[in-house]
Amino acid sequence: MHPALSVILFTTASGAGYGMLFWLGLLAPLGLLPMEASFGLTASVLGLALITFGLLSSTAHLGHPERAWRAITQWRTSWLSREGVASLITYIPAVLFPLLWLMDGAPDGVAELLGFLTAAMAVVTVICTGMIYASLKPIRQWYHPLVMPFYLLASVFSGGACLAGVAMFWHASPMLAYATVVLAAITLVAKLAYWRSIDRGPVRGPGDAIGLTELGTVRMLDPPNTEDNYLMREMGYRIARKHAARLRVIAVALAFVVPIVLLPFIPPVAAVVALVGLLVERWLFFAEATHTVTLYYGRTA
Amino acid sequence: MTAIPSPGAKKLGLVIDLDTCVGCHACAVNCKEWNTSGHSAPLPDFDAYQAKPQGVWFNRVHSYEAGEGRDSRTVYFPRSCLHCEEPACVTVCPTGASYKRAEDGIVLVNADTCIGCKLCSWACPYGAREFDEDAGVMKKCTLCIDRIYNTNLPEQDRVPACVSTCPAQARHFGDLGDPDSAVSRLVAERGGYGLMPELGYKPVNRYLPPRARAHHATPVETPAEPITNSFLRWIDRALSR
Repeated sequence: MHPALSVILFTTASGAGYGMLFWLGLLAPLGLLPMEASFGLTASVLGLALITFGLLSSTAHLGHPERAWRAITQWRTSWLSREGVASLITYIPAVLFPLLWLMDGAPDGVAELLGFLTAAMAVVTVICTGMIYASLKPIRQWYHPLVMPFYLLASVFSGGACLAGVAMFWHASPMLAYATVVLAAITLVAKLAYWRSIDRGPVRGPGDAIGLTELGTVRMLDPPNTEDNYLMREMGYRIARKHAARLRVIAVALAFVVPIVLLPFIPPVAAVVALVGLLVERWLFFAEATHTVTLYYGRTA
Repeated sequence: MTAIPSPGAKKLGLVIDLDTCVGCHACAVNCKEWNTSGHSAPLPDFDAYQAKPQGVWFNRVHSYEAGEGRDSRTVYFPRSCLHCEEPACVTVCPTGASYKRAEDGIVLVNADTCIGCKLCSWACPYGAREFDEDAGVMKKCTLCIDRIYNTNLPEQDRVPACVSTCPAQARHFGDLGDPDSAVSRLVAERGGYGLMPELGYKPVNRYLPPRARAHHATPVETPAEPITNSFLRWIDRALSR
């Protein structure tokens, strides 16, 4: 699948933003984060900024961004629509929570409820994002049981790192940073298991696509068109195996290993490195995905 | 709504005979010709007169070689929308622009509400949807909805453009929901099949597999041993000509 920068930026940035809001909404009412309203405001603004940047960047992917509002109508069937609805609903508690915190001076009472609601909606939104990919049968690397859980793990891990990065400036206890280290390890294991699984196949060829495997091996003689077309540009992206192997190492190092080492000491730097690493990981998620339509063009998928 | 309507009795679709298709691309060309001014017009072309022309086509003809040696054969394979009974391209659409008609099962796109998110093209395993980069909306085969119900056309012309033009009569149009229709009988007779049924999209279109090849050709004779006499060799060559 063609790794569109707008979509990669969107899922990475908004994933981290929702992860931040999840931890803030969950831990602040429990008294496990700095109690200063200035911290709540800063963390909320940063989280919402990441989300908003992500959502705006995703509209760059659209042919008609001015019609984007229509995307909230089909939530009964479409995960993309559900994501749109969930992302908009999340704004309500996510904006009110830090404001009430600021007014009351502490995240309790109604603010506590809004915090928990924000955390829940953040999780729901990220699940919807993951399901957009995990529900697409033509792409075996996406129609995979680990895809949605990984989106959720990557979100709470990167968001935890970002929030720990902010909390450091308010002299927070390193508890969140330690929790994020554990999450980084779990997320890494999930990614390694995912790569191992998709590398194993199953791999199909043109014979399966045209339904004539009983005639023997089917090879492509001629494509239907002499030049490229939309299908192959969008769905036929190919990455050299050696490049993929190197990028996987880079992704593991930047998204997980370096942050695990740095998180207990300088969480802000760890968060930035983790986000860069997750961008590489997300790029690979697209580049390594093979679409069934490419079988018609003589490929395996 | 992108919810799939409860299945109607009528399932309009195509039956494509892979035994008689000669791979001439006439169906693809006539499809382009009709549809560039039809329901989903235009079908844009980019760099049409340059070295690398590209464009939107609803129908593309692939060529394959299947099997080995004497049993190998060429298969021409026209590929277009299969108007599935469970079209994921419709259910993933966030705006309701993609829809399946309850009355005849045709899958269409409303170009006025499509936001061009391309998710439907990702959800289609058959490559039926192509993005119009000029208009910023998704386009696809309409089963020539503007021909098959067009009372301005003579009755025999009320079939999709690809069907009307096929010189090998490899393409057939009809109601696959009616077991007594000509297309349904053809499918039953020839063992017609749907593409990749394991994906669960339940395509309506059917393909008729190539018929089994008869091997009547006699093996080429080869001389038992080389002829040494030059006169006899000349006679042999002259007679073999």
